[in-house]
Amino acid sequence: MSKVKHQGRREFLKTSAAAAAVTVAPGVMLHTLSAEAAPRTEAVTDKVRWGMLIDANKCADGCNDCVSACDKENGLDLVDMPEGADQGLWERQRPRWIRQVKLKDNLSGKITNLPMMCQHCEMPPCVDVCPTGASFRRADGIVMVDRHTCIGCRYCMMACPYKARSFIHAEVAEKLTHAPRGKGCVESCNLCVHRLDNGDTTTACQDACKHQAIVFGDLSDPESAVSQALKNYPSVQIRADLKLNTGVRYSNI
Amino acid sequence: MTRKSVIMFLAASVVGLLFSLTSVQAGEAVEGTAKADKLEQCVEPTAVMRRNHFEFIKHQRDLTVHNGIRSNKHSLSGCVDCHARKDASGKAVPVNAEGQFCSGCHDYAAVSLDCFSCHRTVPGEK
Amino acid sequence: MKKTHFSEWGIESPRYWGILAVLGAIIAIAGVAVFYMEHSGHWVTGMTNQVVWGLPHVFAIFLIVAASGALNVASIGTAFDKKVYQPLGRLSALLAIALLAGGLAVLVLDLGQPGRLLIAMTHYNFKSIFAWNIYLYTGFFAIVAAYIWFMMDHRMKAWYKPTGIFAFVWRLLLTTGTGSIFGFLVARQGYDAAILAPMFVIMSFAYGLAAYLLVLMFVFKVDGREIGGVLLRRMKNLLGVFVAAVLYFTLVYHLANLYGTENHAYEAFILRDGGIYTLLFWGGWVLVGCLIPLGIIYHPGMGATRGGIIAASTLVILGGLATVYVIVIGGQVFPMAMFPGKTIVASGFFDGVNGQPMLYSPSLPEILLGVGGVAVVLLLTFIGIRMLRFLPTTLSDEVADPHYSKS
Repeated sequence: MSKVKHQGRREFLKTSAAAAAVTVAPGVMLHTLSAEAAPRTEAVTDKVRWGMLIDANKCADGCNDCVSACDKENGLDLVDMPEGADQGLWERQRPRWIRQVKLKDNLSGKITNLPMMCQHCEMPPCVDVCPTGASFRRADGIVMVDRHTCIGCRYCMMACPYKARSFIHAEVAEKLTHAPRGKGCVESCNLCVHRLDNGDTTTACQDACKHQAIVFGDLSDPESAVSQALKNYPSVQIRADLKLNTGVRYSNI
Repeated sequence: MTRKSVIMFLAASVVGLLFSLTSVQAGEAVEGTAKADKLEQCVEPTAVMRRNHFEFIKHQRDLTVHNGIRSNKHSLSGCVDCHARKDASGKAVPVNAEGQFCSGCHDYAAVSLDCFSCHRTVPGEK
Repeated sequence: MKKTHFSEWGIESPRYWGILAVLGAIIAIAGVAVFYMEHSGHWVTGMTNQVVWGLPHVFAIFLIVAASGALNVASIGTAFDKKVYQPLGRLSALLAIALLAGGLAVLVLDLGQPGRLLIAMTHYNFKSIFAWNIYLYTGFFAIVAAYIWFMMDHRMKAWYKPTGIFAFVWRLLLTTGTGSIFGFLVARQGYDAAILAPMFVIMSFAYGLAAYLLVLMFVFKVDGREIGGVLLRRMKNLLGVFVAAVLYFTLVYHLANLYGTENHAYEAFILRDGGIYTLLFWGGWVLVGCLIPLGIIYHPGMGATRGGIIAASTLVILGGLATVYVIVIGGQVFPMAMFPGKTIVASGFFDGVNGQPMLYSPSLPEILLGVGGVAVVLLLTFIGIRMLRFLPTTLSDEVADPHYSKS
């Protein structure tokens, strides 16, 4: 029974990935797919590993679409500055899951733009150091925080080589149903886990990127768009020296 | 001015003041406007829910966070979705607002209600 | 050498209660600061998503490190059989417990969710050095409490030495664990160095002894008890050795970093361009924390005076706070090396644009919390010595010095 079900899911992923590969406007296309998708009924397994490939060449200078899409999708835009807070300080305290980074090569002066977020390591330092096990890696490769057991020590933020995590510095008045959030816990990009759990196969940042710089999918499925892209184009991991086997890869940095 | 009219005036002002004070707050919940108000029982028999709802929610919470299972009937968003009432203008009233479904009982039993320091208190945005 | 007698701290009641009241007031103010921070959230502090550990952690780590060091005085008497140190053991163990309690209080009260401390006690991730530390800290309390008991109770004499040795080994583990909190962090350039663990151990020797000397001299002075010159001289010489060792480890740590090109930017930041961090390194860590105390301790005139010892110990503590500040904050404000060979020219999340360090300035509540931790240490110590017999009635040369001869 479960085997049949599993196969069905696998097929579904393949077709949707193929659809993503051919479509011109992925956001439009994929949302129609999600209409028929249902919430997950069985535990996630390691047969799937979610990941993405980001093509820095396609990432446009000055574009901030993925960041605003993420903010909206995950309710980060609902986090208001507390009354009486210092604007400059608050900017450094407000949460961010994804950010734009612009690099200049020290030798050639070549400019590169790319989005940075949680790299969803296979061996995440944040998970190693978390005293309570609140920072964990889900079977399908998503690194996230169980905020029910997070004590707010921020050791994971000390340990993360990508500065991917945010601490919630103030009370949050309004939050989305699928993105709970409260003062005193740490959080970071979870690859839009609520979408994936409800059968969707894209992330908000990917949908928002009109330059199609982000390919998201199942790294364990050799046929998936992301696996094909990784196979066909050179790519790197940020801080590959740490051997963390990141789920987020970059090309053309 | 007679004494009677003075008393009437004072009474009217007090009532008016009280009315204006309450109407400033985000609407009084109207009974019967929650989905749950129209149902015979919750996802489990009422007695079971009263005794065990936190166990159900906690169990579901771990399944959802760690295993990604979101189809289970014991979800907190399900509670909120069904038990939140609306005010006269049709706007949802938070389940943890004073006297509402969750806090009404939790306050009475003096049990802290921790869910909503992080979770949304009115039905989903969709 | 005569038999040592112990007695409770005998200062007159008004004075005792006055000291307690002052410390209590400081703790109460710190309590208000904690309530304010916890109620509002961490936005009222100077801590950010870039500098996630701030001044409270500086105080907490300093106190925890000093805690294990304060136990050294007892260890030297027990584990190393130096009879002259044995009368000092009880206060040493008490101060160690008090310092740890004060440090942990600060650490815990800065958590985002201090109410969930129970979770930290029931959910363990055994790969986390933080989780090990929870065991190391609670174990330290238990072992040192037993140690005090065996020191005080002659019926338990058989257990005194084994427990003392065990406590000594445990305190080495504890400080190794504290140092490893940073040493194991691969992400940041200032950390990720195994030398941090032994460096923290040697720092604990120095800070713990300095704290011990100050407390000992204060409680003896106000109570009219005598400390002989021999004992003081031995301890201040020991302090000199420890401080010199801190300096040595500092040198090795930075030399090792300077050798590898990959760490040149970090070294340039701490040693030359880091503004307040450079100032705190040279002025606080090296000058105030090491060189001046060494000068005082080994100065033929000043080193022999009580004032000199008090000054040296105070400077070691102030320099120690600067040291921990440079390690904890300096290590975080230096931008992470995510893209070697490239410069970040723009970022939506303060990634150190053009190599600029992160900003951090401690807020008043953070300072109050840290100072409150110090007050907790003193309060616990003073209550302890008032209630039980921790203090030798005298430490005069006649009593304390095994080689004493009337001349």
